Amino acid sequence: MTWSPGEHMIEVRRTPAPGAARGAWRAFRETLRGMRTTFGRIPEGPVTVQYPEEKVPVYPRFRGRHKLHRFEDTGLEKCVGCSLCAAACPADCIRVVAAENTPANRVSAGERYAAVYEINLSRCIFCGYCELACPFDAITMGHDYELSDHDRSDLIFTKEMLLAEPLERTPLRAEDE
Amino acid sequence: MSVLALVGYYEPWWVQVLKSIVIFAVALQLVPVVLIAERKLLGRFQSRYGPNRVGPFGLLQPMADILKLLTKEQFRPTTSVGLLFAVAPVISILTAVAAFALIPFGDTQRIFGTRVGLYGVDVSIGPLYLLAFGAIAFYGVMLGGWSSGSKYSFLGAMRGAAQLISYEVSQGLALLGVLFSSQTLSLTGIVHAQAGMWYVVPQFAGCLIFLIAGFAETNRAPFDLTEADAELVGGYNTEFGGGRFASYYFAEYLNVLVVSGITTTVFLGGWLLPFGLHPPGWVDPLVVLAKMSLVTFLFIWIRATLPRLRYDQLMSFGWKALLPLATLNALVTAIVVVATH
Repeated sequence: MTWSPGEHMIEVRRTPAPGAARGAWRAFRETLRGMRTTFGRIPEGPVTVQYPEEKVPVYPRFRGRHKLHRFEDTGLEKCVGCSLCAAACPADCIRVVAAENTPANRVSAGERYAAVYEINLSRCIFCGYCELACPFDAITMGHDYELSDHDRSDLIFTKEMLLAEPLERTPLRAEDE
Repeated sequence: MSVLALVGYYEPWWVQVLKSIVIFAVALQLVPVVLIAERKLLGRFQSRYGPNRVGPFGLLQPMADILKLLTKEQFRPTTSVGLLFAVAPVISILTAVAAFALIPFGDTQRIFGTRVGLYGVDVSIGPLYLLAFGAIAFYGVMLGGWSSGSKYSFLGAMRGAAQLISYEVSQGLALLGVLFSSQTLSLTGIVHAQAGMWYVVPQFAGCLIFLIAGFAETNRAPFDLTEADAELVGGYNTEFGGGRFASYYFAEYLNVLVVSGITTTVFLGGWLLPFGLHPPGWVDPLVVLAKMSLVTFLFIWIRATLPRLRYDQLMSFGWKALLPLATLNALVTAIVVVATH
């Protein structure tokens, strides 16, 4: 049994091929149209952002470098050293070593606190799972994205660095931008 | 009969030496200007800035490029042919400068009490001289590509050779119309013949054909198949680095200037101004430079607009479209000239 195309056949319709004169005219006209298109870009001006001097503002939910938080009224750290962030981290870049709070040395609001809290930002994939896993909103993703350094070990951020405000603030996108 | 005998006067030897120095200096200064202009304009055409880091507005970028290239080590592949590898870029640059000498920047002027023509040399075989040096220039490309001992360079060079043969014919034929009308082969004579009307009007088709062939002759987009960065990783100049590469680059941009200058001279009335304006003699070079920069702008504009042709398209366009059109143009002009004289 031979196969017949039936309704699967598609008829291709082509415009008649232009003659020599028509074709030449069409090529010439289309070239001029292309030239008009490129020339139209000059008065519009460049769209380039001159990066180190100008920065593209980030959205509020932009996931940049992490921040650790304190309670604003008491100044105590929100992190209680539960290591849920480290457990959630797919890149395995968070290291938490917890210690007991004592009345003499009270660091966090909970029973324990993070004696060591390190994030290896050269491994971090900025997925934000740590932020989701945290039961106390102690860690959030900040807006800082300029994270290059000369040494890989310099990219391991300690607790003090994560608690501190970033030196240079990243511009934040306004509501209407 | 010597070539100079037809010029009608002899310039003292020291004027000729001085002129060659001035022309070479001008050519040397114009190339970096075209370089930065092209990069800046290409940027603007593509909604970006272009170089803007070195010097004010990035204007010193060509200086930085040249400095970088000239301080690099001269190296060559082990498979290359040493002598030709060294000579090829020199041929390119030599022919470009030699062709630049042809462009008249103005009429003869009285300077230091002698008559000085504001051009390198006004030969009685102007367009032939131009085509001859255009043909020799491709030895630079071909020898460079072949002596590199690399197959991609060789491919680029072979394409260059084929392209030259295809387009030089049309270029010559496009000039024929002008030569019929002006009845002279001297470029200053051609400019004088345009006193009534620039040849771009009666010879519009010839001008277009000449320009298109000029794009091909200078290996500029959309005919930059000899270089074809994407396919041939740079074509004939792949294996060249440092000063030798700079020479090729210099020659390429100087060739753009030469084609601009010849277009200005032959079709755009050289140093003549429209509306019966007759400025003093010292303005002439400025007029020529202004017109040249307009044509160079067109070169850059085209480069920003058109994609590269496929190789078979290049060949069929050259032989099936450009050559018949150029022949027709020459034929019609000949008939008109004979009928009206």
